[in-house]
Formats: sequence, structure tokens, C-alpha cells
Amino acid sequence: MSEAYFRVESGALGPEENFLSLDDILMSHEKLPVRTETAMPRLGAFFLERSGGAETDNAVPQGSKLELPLWLAKGLFDNKRRILSVELPKIYQEGWRTVFSADANVVDLHKMGPHFYGFGSQLLHFDSPENADISQSLLQTFIGRFRRIMDSSQNAYNEDTSVLVARLDEMERGLFQTGQKGLNDFQCWEKGQASQITASNLVQNYKKRKFTDLED
Amino acid sequence: MFCEKAMELVRELHRAPEGQLPAFNEDGLRQVLEEMKALYEQNQSDVNEAKSGGRSDLIPTIKFRHCSLLRNRRCTVAYLYDRLLRIRALRWEYGSVLPNALRFHMSAEEMEWFNNYKKSLATYMRSLGGDEGLDITQDMKPPKSLYIEFFLSGPMSKRLWRI
Repeated sequence: MSEAYFRVESGALGPEENFLSLDDILMSHEKLPVRTETAMPRLGAFFLERSGGAETDNAVPQGSKLELPLWLAKGLFDNKRRILSVELPKIYQEGWRTVFSADANVVDLHKMGPHFYGFGSQLLHFDSPENADISQSLLQTFIGRFRRIMDSSQNAYNEDTSVLVARLDEMERGLFQTGQKGLNDFQCWEKGQASQITASNLVQNYKKRKFTDLED
Repeated sequence: MFCEKAMELVRELHRAPEGQLPAFNEDGLRQVLEEMKALYEQNQSDVNEAKSGGRSDLIPTIKFRHCSLLRNRRCTVAYLYDRLLRIRALRWEYGSVLPNALRFHMSAEEMEWFNNYKKSLATYMRSLGGDEGLDITQDMKPPKSLYIEFFLSGPMSKRLWRI
């Protein structure tokens, strides 16, 4: 891992995403169900099944149920709900919230939309009456899962971790990686490798690729 | 949906393992800028129609395109910025002369940025540590041993000291 590369971190767990964060851009690309509160002319091409056709100026009719990416929903939403109203995706609704409170560890958060916490936090912008419950659920779910993530990241040394991270969402995977790095650095220090001079990872990666270029 | 090409650029960078610099996607960038131009022109024309033709129902559509324009802008700026962060890391990890393979991955503007960064860093390093300057890209980790041996220059020279 390059030590001099400091990428822009995600801000999704806080009040606003970070504009320059690649993680946040990917997170806000995920979709959520919305309902149009007014017709939207000339956009019918994107939603062919719903389009009103040429007589309506190729409009997406009022009252259509669509799936839009978060960035678009955020941009078109206002508190008077003039253009669209937003529905909560299933995993943030009461049914799933009960599942999480029963046992947070069994759920495959990667399958549920790989940015469960970030996306859920940004959902709070849509002023749903369930916001308080959603935030509680996000917090309690994380508390329930954290212990296992910490334990597994600190005890898996030099082994295949794909099973351990399979059901973690992106934020949890980042945490796991940080834990692994700490573990590896500690092991390195214990073996006395900390004072040896080694080529930087970046340089090694480029040297490897160059060799294959020569082979081609 | 708009902004698909812009997302491709972001994904391409996100996929590259930490710190590695993929080739500059000039073609992709050009396509994003073209989409932005088309969106802008469609909005210009719809705004005129909304104002003079009384088509206020076009406003949600105009907003839709405007959001897409902002999104494209965000993706391109984040793409270019993240690449600069990786290029900056190259100076610290690789040194001031980059191998050809890496140079081919950079656009002309990025190369220029790299050269300017190198110059700023060099100027700064020369301003430290007296006459000769101090190369701060060496020895970035603190020493592991308890004692350091060093020679003094000048009148006390030819003697080995330890602290």
C-alpha cells in the first residue's frame, strides 16, 4: 500500500458527503425508490415503460414510481416535495430494522447495498418521520457487529480473509483493513523487520509490471 | 441516465490498488465534457422556452439536467484531483525521475504539475539546513536504535561522538 498516497476520505457518516471523495461518489450512485409529484417533460427516453409518449412532450408522468440514484434524488428533493417524494428502501424500514435488532451479525450487509451505513446516514436528508428510528438502527447495528469485526481483523494473520469480509459493508471492510494493517505492522516490528530497509510497495508493484511488459 | 461515463472514470481509479496510477483516460474525459455541453445547451433552450413560451412545467426537467451537470463536474474534478494525489505520492516514493512506463500514464498537464511540484519541493529543501539544504524525502521514519553516531565538521572534527 502506498504510504504517501492520502486519498480523500468519505464524509458520508457525517452531515455531508465529501465532494472529492471517490468512496462517496460511488456510494451516492446507489438507487432508491422515488415517486414523481409532477410530470417531467422530455425525459421519457430514460424511463421508456413509463413515458407518456409524444403527445405529452415525452414526459415522465406525475405519480410514476422510479428508482433514481441518491445524487439525483438529493438534487431534486425539497421539503415541499414539489418534484418528487422519497420512499425508504426496504432495509431501512421497520421490518428489517427488527431483524437487525434481533441479531445484527447474521445479516449480509454487502448484499444489502454495499454502503449500508453511508447511504443510510445520507437518507436522513429526506426528512422521513422514521428518521429517529433509522439513525438508532444504524448505530445499534454497528455496535452489534463491531466486536466481531475487531476480533477477526486482529486475529487473522497471513491467511485468506475473504470469508471474514464477505458479509461486511464497505465501511466495515475499511475498518477491517485498518485492523489488519495494525496487526501486520506489529508482527513486522516483533520480527525486527521494522529497521530493515525494504523497497516501497509502490516501487515493487511497478517493477513487477514492467517485467510483464517486456515479456509481451 | 446521464453521468454513466463519468462514473466509469471514478470506478477506474477506485479499482486501481492503492496509489497506482492508471493511464490518463483522455477519451473518457472528452466524452464527459461532450455530455456536459449537450446538457447545458438543452437547458439553455428550455430555459428560454420556459421564460418566453410560458412553459413553466419544464422547470423540473431543467433541474434534472442541472443536477446531472453538477454530478459530471463532481466526478471529473474528483478524478483529476485523486490522480494528482497519486502523482504527488510518486515524488515521495519513487524520487524525482519517474520510469517511462509511469510517464506515459500522465497527461501533459499532469507532467507539468509534477515538475512544478518537484521544483517547489526542491526549493523548500534547499532552504533548510544551512548551505547544503536537507533532503527530507530520505529517512522518513524515526531511528530504531538508541544511539546515533555522527561526525562534527569544523574544529571538533576527526572525532566520533555518540549520543
